[in-house]
Amino acid sequence: MSAKENYYQPEAECMSREKMHDLQSERLITQVKHVYANVGYYREKMDASGVRPEDVKSIADLGKLPFLTKDDLREAYPYGLLAVPREAPVRIHSTSGTTGKRVVAFLTQQDIDLWYDCCARALAAAGATPGDVVQISYGYGLFTGGAGLDGGSHKLGSLTLPMSSGFTDRQLQFMCDLGATIICCTPSYAEFLAETIEERGIGDSVKLKAGIFGAEAWSNEMRLRLEQKLGIKAYDIYGLTEITGPGVSFECSQQEGLHINEDHFVAEIINPETGEVLPDGEKGELVFTCLTKQAFPLLRYRTRDISILSRKECQCGRTLAKMSRLMGRSDDMLIIKGVNVFPSQIETVLIDYGLSSNYQLVIDRVNHSDTLEVRVELTPEMFSGSGTVGAVEKHERMLRDAIKNMLGIAAKVKLVNPKTITRSEGKAVRVIDNRKV
Amino acid sequence: MTIEQLSVFLENKPGKLAEALESLAAAGIDLRALSLADSENFGILRIIVDKPARALKILQDEGYGVELVDVIPVAVDDEPGKFAAALRVLADAGVAVEYTYVFVAPKAGKAGKAYAVICADDAVAAVRCLESNGVDMLTSEEMYNL
Repeated sequence: MSAKENYYQPEAECMSREKMHDLQSERLITQVKHVYANVGYYREKMDASGVRPEDVKSIADLGKLPFLTKDDLREAYPYGLLAVPREAPVRIHSTSGTTGKRVVAFLTQQDIDLWYDCCARALAAAGATPGDVVQISYGYGLFTGGAGLDGGSHKLGSLTLPMSSGFTDRQLQFMCDLGATIICCTPSYAEFLAETIEERGIGDSVKLKAGIFGAEAWSNEMRLRLEQKLGIKAYDIYGLTEITGPGVSFECSQQEGLHINEDHFVAEIINPETGEVLPDGEKGELVFTCLTKQAFPLLRYRTRDISILSRKECQCGRTLAKMSRLMGRSDDMLIIKGVNVFPSQIETVLIDYGLSSNYQLVIDRVNHSDTLEVRVELTPEMFSGSGTVGAVEKHERMLRDAIKNMLGIAAKVKLVNPKTITRSEGKAVRVIDNRKV
Repeated sequence: MTIEQLSVFLENKPGKLAEALESLAAAGIDLRALSLADSENFGILRIIVDKPARALKILQDEGYGVELVDVIPVAVDDEPGKFAAALRVLADAGVAVEYTYVFVAPKAGKAGKAYAVICADDAVAAVRCLESNGVDMLTSEEMYNL
């Protein structure tokens, strides 16, 4: 077992499985009653499946509850899943949805406190202590990354550098001058920072010992590269805005899967086709149930993330179940520059624009930064008139702006000749992802 | 007095221009004039050919974005300042030139003449204005057979 200072809340993180079972059961019973009483949308779902709150007597009854999906979030947008009076929540966070409607999650002060606790656990597991300098280079704002780790770092009492993303010169100046020991950002930005440090030959001034990297898929090869280049230990962190943002699960010193903060979030793995719950060790879609959240307590929310659960004992001493590093998606969501992108969002823009929905997305990673190219077929309208470059470029520009508006990230629009994008024969090849992670 | 120019959308990739012209060559289409406009992401090929309708059909069938555009063919003496004078006439009449390209036709053209193709924002006004100022313009037949 590792040193005690690696836990933030050992009473929860190292709780016996029996106690955890009882705690989860008790919390689930209360939560289901809370949701049934206050969320009409979910009450109707429960009524439709013939489940009464009193049918849930322990965590073993979780499977009786109906699922929630991103479609439900869209349908109930914005206040339909709020479980407390409008006056009760003090904060929102948001992420993009499937067809342009955003997902908005609400938090009460208590929700924020518990979330920050979860992030503090992740930081502690990565070795953060009150004496550490934690540089947070995730975006701040609607995105949960910056806020979550910022709050966690405060809870731990570490010196927090709220850098937000970008502005690499300033990032490196503060990293060196203030002696940052822990960096939190996307793994691709960490690679960019590592390379810039190498180019500028300032490695000796970098005092980092650990990095917490998430919001993006990354591989073990990338971990080894980052650890070697930055002289750190690199930890994965997982979360989603709908559930709470980062801190739903986090890696410990064993770096073999992410511990789920099970006293707050119950994880299940299901067969994405049938919805059937799968046993530990089997690969399937992650489903989360919020046990303690007040404002936006989703029950059995289907994440579409593919993973494997394990409840084997961990060398770190934590008893919290572990999920494997993400193994893909059961839908077509892409993560580009840390932002959730659904091809259907781009389709919506094209259709609004009166264009054919025959398009192609080409994603690449150039200089450790994701790029998105949207290939669209030229229409006679775009090319009518005097056939000037300016007229065609105007269409490119309008499409580019509309896509940026929809996704929140920049895309390059590439017009191609009519009928040159392969027509779907069965499943359309809409996405060409050339990134190697 | 306007003639038909073909505007062809080309992707910015090596070989695209050659491919388009090869398709026309295979059908015996003769190029009279050519200009290529480029942008960061694509090019627009502008050509005057002897058989515009035929060329349009061929390029469309090959999947190109093609458009017929009315442009004005003018002939000026091949001397300093002559083309500038023709453009001055348009400028003074407030007609904007979108683009233009100039060429000489040593084989079939009239000796001492230079030719230009002008695309104006208002083709009708441009023709009227050039005509009333005595700028020599070509008929379609003259241009396509130059």
